[in-house]
Amino acid sequence: MTTLPAQPIFPRMPRGRRDQRRYTPRPRQKGLVRRAALQAFVKLDPRIAVRNPVMFVVWCGTVVCLLATGMPNLFGGGAENSGRVFNGLISLTLLATLLFANFAEALAEGRGKAQADALRRTQARTQARLLDPQGGGERLVDSSMLRRGDVVMVSAGDTIPADGEVIEGVASVDESAITGESAPVLKEAGSDVAGSVTGGTRILSDQLTIRITADPGKGFIDRMIALVEGAERTKTPNEIALTVLLAVLTQVFLIAVATLPPLAAYLKEPTPVVTLVALLVALIPTTIGGLLSAIGIAGMDRVAQFNVIATSGRAVEACGDINTLVLDKTGTITLGNRLAEEFLPVGGHSEVELAQVAYGASAFDQTPEGRSIARLVEQRSSVVPFASLPVALDGASGIEFSARTRMSGTDAADGSEYRKGAVEAIKGFVRSRGGTIPEDLDATYEQVSRLGGTPLAVCRGGTIFGVIYLKDIIKPGIRERFDQLRRMGIRTVMLTGDNPITAGVIAREAGVDDFIAEATPEDKIAVIEGEQKLGKLVAMTGDGSNDAPALAQANVGVAMNSGTQAAKEAANMVDLDSDPTKLIDIVTIGKQLLITRGALTTFSVANDVAKYFAILPALFAGIGLGPLNLMGLASPRSAILSAMVFNAVIIPALVPLALKGVEFRPLSAEQLLRRNLLLYGLGGVITPFVGIKAIDLAIAALGFR
Amino acid sequence: MLSWFLAALTLVVVVLTAVPLGRHLWQVFDDRPHPGWDPWLLPVESALMRWIGDRGQPATSAWAYLQPFLIANACFGGVAFALLAFQPAWLNPLGWPGMRWDTALHTAISFVTNTDQQHYTPEQSLGPLAQLGALQFLMYVSAASGLAVGFAVIRGLCGLPLGNFHQQLIRSLTRVLLPGSLLLAVLLLISGVPMTLAEPLPITTLEGGRQLLIRGPVALYEAIKQLGENGGGYYGANSAHPFENPNGLTNLVSGWAMLAIPAATIDAFGRFLGNRRQSTVLLLLVTGLIAAGAALAMAAELGGNPALGEWISGPNLEGKELRFGAGLTAFWATLTTGSMTGAVNGAMDSLMPLANLVTLFNLFLQVVFGGQGTGVAYLLVFMVLAVFLTGLMVGRTPEFLGRKVEKAEVVWSSLVLLIHPLFVLLPAAVTMAGADALAGISNPGPQGISQVVYEYASAAANNGSGMEGLGDGTPWWNLTASISLLGGRYLPIVALVLLADGFARKPALPPGPGTLRTDTALFTGVLAVVLLILGALTFFPVLALGPIAAGMALFS
Repeated sequence: MTTLPAQPIFPRMPRGRRDQRRYTPRPRQKGLVRRAALQAFVKLDPRIAVRNPVMFVVWCGTVVCLLATGMPNLFGGGAENSGRVFNGLISLTLLATLLFANFAEALAEGRGKAQADALRRTQARTQARLLDPQGGGERLVDSSMLRRGDVVMVSAGDTIPADGEVIEGVASVDESAITGESAPVLKEAGSDVAGSVTGGTRILSDQLTIRITADPGKGFIDRMIALVEGAERTKTPNEIALTVLLAVLTQVFLIAVATLPPLAAYLKEPTPVVTLVALLVALIPTTIGGLLSAIGIAGMDRVAQFNVIATSGRAVEACGDINTLVLDKTGTITLGNRLAEEFLPVGGHSEVELAQVAYGASAFDQTPEGRSIARLVEQRSSVVPFASLPVALDGASGIEFSARTRMSGTDAADGSEYRKGAVEAIKGFVRSRGGTIPEDLDATYEQVSRLGGTPLAVCRGGTIFGVIYLKDIIKPGIRERFDQLRRMGIRTVMLTGDNPITAGVIAREAGVDDFIAEATPEDKIAVIEGEQKLGKLVAMTGDGSNDAPALAQANVGVAMNSGTQAAKEAANMVDLDSDPTKLIDIVTIGKQLLITRGALTTFSVANDVAKYFAILPALFAGIGLGPLNLMGLASPRSAILSAMVFNAVIIPALVPLALKGVEFRPLSAEQLLRRNLLLYGLGGVITPFVGIKAIDLAIAALGFR
Repeated sequence: MLSWFLAALTLVVVVLTAVPLGRHLWQVFDDRPHPGWDPWLLPVESALMRWIGDRGQPATSAWAYLQPFLIANACFGGVAFALLAFQPAWLNPLGWPGMRWDTALHTAISFVTNTDQQHYTPEQSLGPLAQLGALQFLMYVSAASGLAVGFAVIRGLCGLPLGNFHQQLIRSLTRVLLPGSLLLAVLLLISGVPMTLAEPLPITTLEGGRQLLIRGPVALYEAIKQLGENGGGYYGANSAHPFENPNGLTNLVSGWAMLAIPAATIDAFGRFLGNRRQSTVLLLLVTGLIAAGAALAMAAELGGNPALGEWISGPNLEGKELRFGAGLTAFWATLTTGSMTGAVNGAMDSLMPLANLVTLFNLFLQVVFGGQGTGVAYLLVFMVLAVFLTGLMVGRTPEFLGRKVEKAEVVWSSLVLLIHPLFVLLPAAVTMAGADALAGISNPGPQGISQVVYEYASAAANNGSGMEGLGDGTPWWNLTASISLLGGRYLPIVALVLLADGFARKPALPPGPGTLRTDTALFTGVLAVVLLILGALTFFPVLALGPIAAGMALFS
């Protein structure tokens, strides 16, 4: 048996290539704890405390106990009075419970704030040169004054004042402030992908005219800042439902405890108010109540650490519910660009002829594929003695690739039309020019397809010269990721412009569940709508303008930061690193959020069993409930005190779990449930028995009776 | 040994008959044609619908369903109240006067809510007209109302429209309760239960005393009392009376009848869902819970009372009918509290503390078969809560029966959790605090607490049994119990129907490997724990002060 290297089964943090990337918005962690501790006291303000119903009950209980400490006879003397020291100690544990819960929330908020500050630093105020719409010159305004639709000029050295679209000019822009990628990016007008700029980035050369697309405070960064700061954090549907349940449980226990005194009085058993408050606070779900908001804030924080900007917490949670993931092949499943690998001539043409025509067809093609064809021609020329390349490029014009024609090429000055593109598209073109289709074309086409490559047919006018074999390289490790997704119950659909055979080969190799070959932008929407009709939630990634409708249609749309402004507007999230596989990480965060909430709720409720067995026998020792003291706690008072100390201490003990999130493993629902039930359900029953007993031993050792 | 065998036999027969009966219930409440029944009953049902003035359209909203339900129940209760309060001379051979207003009110409410808590002695206050015209009538319509609502909730949760209340009410009567009770009545009649309108029979006892034997159409009354989970007796002694429950055979058949329809309703739920596995695991879970409760109660009763050990050994025979014995009385006590029937064949007050604990726990849970129609609905609510609590732990928005559990579902389900604390613990505490009302308690110590809590729990759970000995015929008890009766019946039903209606309107999601399945052994175990913890956590303090303290005192 071999031992595999220890590797996390599912990454919580980015690994591999992304891991080495420099994240600029690194929050400063220094002084976080001190500030959170201070905030914990500020949050004792009843106006803030009342926002959390569960903790507000604790707040009220603390006040009652403090009163009972100051005036021990306030709620009846004699047997009803359990003494100043005991009352004081219980008050302290209650206060600690409150402070710990506040601290957890403040710590999460603090981390969010630090994150937000880091983000905010990227969009320091600048002066912007606003162009007068009437065409009369320009004036300097503060960047915060810019409105959607304004047009500004930026030139080398300036900071881009706000999100916008390039309408004129070509320039290189340093986007490292937000993406961490240090290489400058080319931005130019009219181009789909390169046309959008983000506020806070810096222009390195030349100048651009930009139309602003976001009002101040409405840009992506602003939305993210509001979200991680927790300022505008609206509760997600699951959080609201959980809050309702916790509030109802609190009311149920409130009634159960409040109705005890008259019943106990019938048995002539006194019920000291402080003990009743202790029982109530022990029973209500303070653990989850105290940590609930911290979990939510920490979840947003984790999303931000992944360099993803989410427009709402809802979207992150929805990620956990995704049934289907629609992915583009290029850049997601395969390494960005296909490269020309081989020339395969057909119809009796020679490789040299094919190379010449291919070179001609790629003369104006600046796409990586086009450039790789030119490079291959040059490489081959050292092996095969190419004659001069007789392509007259003077006065020729390039024909750009479009999703509809699915081919590109060059119209030379002598009228000959060089074309390369999808085999079907070229066949159509050749037929329209009155040419014939060589018999061995289909065989070559299939041969390339079966290798998982993309065949590009090459023709000049009505003559097909052969096929270029474009090789696709599947990203390493992608297969494992799809396996994980499948175990999580997520179906992956690959969209590609490739022919069905190539698509099938790549789909099989990458391990996706389904693929749509020869897909057009309309197909994307059709696929998403089809899945949604079946009641499924669909996530997709996209970058182009034509992805915008599909991004909007999808339940979760993740746009690449390198993408167009339209795509970013339509999406719920923007990935600053432009890494489409990151969706998988966001799905994990969404699931973690839900699991953490569920696990801590289960833990909190399961705790009550032990707390009952600690407090009830202590409270009703006089009527013979002593045998229920299963833990053998030293005395009624130390039993109650131990339960309260446990109740308080468990909150900070669980803070790391709440902030980090319960580890998510890609297992089936049944396996996950079994695992988490064992950990947090059974663990939740057993832990307090052990904890309370240990605290009781410690208290007894201190001599408290 | 015989009592253990007969108890086990009863539960086995309940599970076996649940299948054909469940099939029948599914056919009745599904909108499909029902050959064999339709030609006979459709004309009658259509005539009734025309008489009500209902075209039979399915309800378009939760309130559209609830409105006829609430109006019908108010009418039924009003008629019964009038009959009880102004008992006319017709069919009233002994000339009983009308009931005091508060007793009449409590009785009408108690019977219209399918509870049948009796704060009066029937044979000493009511003639056949009131017994039949008010009480037996309410027994039929309250059970039918429960069935209608229960199936509307089932339909909603399975994604179907709720249906039409009047139609479901009428079909419950014509196709379930009337034929069922008639068959059962014939069986009881053959076994020796009287069925007559003859006047009371004066007899001379062996000791030479004069006595009036009250007779009546008991067989049919008894049949609907058990089958409809009503539980209100024709006689004060209820099923301990030889005319209601003359022998071992009637005792067994009556025990089966309490569980027959709620068990079949679970089976029918699986058929509506198209997932029999789900209903089978639920049926087994609930049967397991009631079997465990019954085993505890029977062991406690057969074990005897240690306080009397000095004088007698053997089972605890206090308050038992020797025809049935301690074991079968404890079994019956478990069935009657689990099923919300409330009929008793022995004195609940005389049960051992552990048996008492079981009966109280059954009343708190309300799902170990539970009420007519509503029992399954409560079980489904607990499933919603269990799915929500644990479903988050699989990393998805919790889904139940293919639909998402979100705020609305949690609100309506957890409202049901609040009902018992509100309508049991609060009035019990007020009663215990008020010295005047305490006059009714006949037991000192923990048993006194159990008596009071039991009375309100029985009212709020719509069970109707009582730990007799409590002087509950006072305005205080009548009025406060009425509040618990109404609150325990109508608030949950409103919440259930709103839950089901909203649920049916949600888009259905196809199950996948990431979906939490609810028909597995694992989830059923989770459900059992959630049931016990949510049931026990709320009431543990009260149980500790009542039966647990009593038990500790008795055995220490």
